[in-house]
Amino acid sequence: MERVPIQLTVNGQLYQAEVEPRMLLVHFIRDVLNLTGTHIGCDTTSCGACTVLWDGRPVKSCTVFAVQADGGEILTVEGLERDGQLHPVQEGFWEEHGLQCGFCTPGMMMTAVALLQENPDPSEEEIRKAIAGNLCRCTGYVNIVKAIQYAARKMRETAPAAAGIAGGE
Amino acid sequence: MIPGPFSYRKAASLEEAIALLQQYGGEAKVLSGGQSLIPMMKFRLAEPAVIVDINRIPGLDAIEERNGILAIGGLVREVALERSPLIRQRYPIIADTAEVVADPLVRNLATIGGNLAHGDPANDHPATMLALRAEVVARGPGGERVIPIDDFFVDTFTTALAPDEILTEIRIPAPPPRSGGAYMKFERKVGDYAVAAAAAFLVLDEAGKIARAGIGLTNVYYKPIRAEAAENALVGQVPSDGLFRTAAELAAQATDPTTDLRGPAEYKRAVARTMTLRALKAALSRAQVA
Repeated sequence: MERVPIQLTVNGQLYQAEVEPRMLLVHFIRDVLNLTGTHIGCDTTSCGACTVLWDGRPVKSCTVFAVQADGGEILTVEGLERDGQLHPVQEGFWEEHGLQCGFCTPGMMMTAVALLQENPDPSEEEIRKAIAGNLCRCTGYVNIVKAIQYAARKMRETAPAAAGIAGGE
Repeated sequence: MIPGPFSYRKAASLEEAIALLQQYGGEAKVLSGGQSLIPMMKFRLAEPAVIVDINRIPGLDAIEERNGILAIGGLVREVALERSPLIRQRYPIIADTAEVVADPLVRNLATIGGNLAHGDPANDHPATMLALRAEVVARGPGGERVIPIDDFFVDTFTTALAPDEILTEIRIPAPPPRSGGAYMKFERKVGDYAVAAAAAFLVLDEAGKIARAGIGLTNVYYKPIRAEAAENALVGQVPSDGLFRTAAELAAQATDPTTDLRGPAEYKRAVARTMTLRALKAALSRAQVA
């Protein structure tokens, strides 16, 4: 069986491994690195529960081979917290009750993080468009939108200088 | 779901990719954005022995106007089309199309080259490219050839590309004055394939009559189609609601949809008619200000 050496930075830490080409990125993250915060929902490129940031872009990690991401940087939900402090997006989901069962939440938050990096002050419509690839079957999305608005506010308040220059790809 | 085993080859250049495709013949598949290929591999609908990853090949991701054409590299991602000021200002029909492909996460990886080369009649760009009379540039062992879009879609999931050819560029004639286009898609929910969708492109003459018309349809035939009778009915005429209704009816008659989870055939034909009418109206209003 062919195995391919890959090198990936996940949540700031460098990992080297030999993987079968057919190993999906989500399985590498969950089964090899034991980072089980990234969920597998539909497994058919529909639900977005497996969303991670690959070189800053939110993608469905069930629809990327781990070998494709060789040399890249991955951010998963485990990488959001800093020094015991929740990321503003995590805090927003907590404060605004942006989840019920929580299954879609990691993917939803990763999409929100990418959105706010590009657009620090999104309108409700821009938020709803950005999360169109992340399905939630519990909340009806209302509190998810509020959670992202909370995070946007918080991030603008705590980093007013950076907010204006954040963005780009 | 786990795809079947395969060998992975990462190509650093077009020459290398083509040599790999030649070496493995029909056993190899090109991996572009992977947003259709990987799901098909997970379902084991596709079991290629070799994957040739073209994502690292430089020079295939440009969007530029040159010599009276718009050239879009095969590796241009949908997100880049959506956000390109050039596309939004000069080719809004392409922005219309890109922004309804699947969902934003898929569009971060999915490429326009893959959308066409996959040959799926449910994909969105084919109809738009048919309406725009695009050309597809293919590179193979013998060099480059240019394929008119009308010759490109051969059958369901089958295009004119040979197994050892790579779609490198899509060329679209630069929009003449008084021209406009629009893509209208009806989908059950965000991210789904179209129940039916229509692309319309109109060029008006100085008197305001229709000088040229292009209409392409999505997911209503075994392959993407151009509604020729509808186009012919428009040319030389003064645009009007009645004329557009006639053309939309002719477009609907050109369809042969299948009954499935997205609805019965008759319903899809009606949706194709309505989408054609809406696309024509939107194209006209853009042509009148261009």
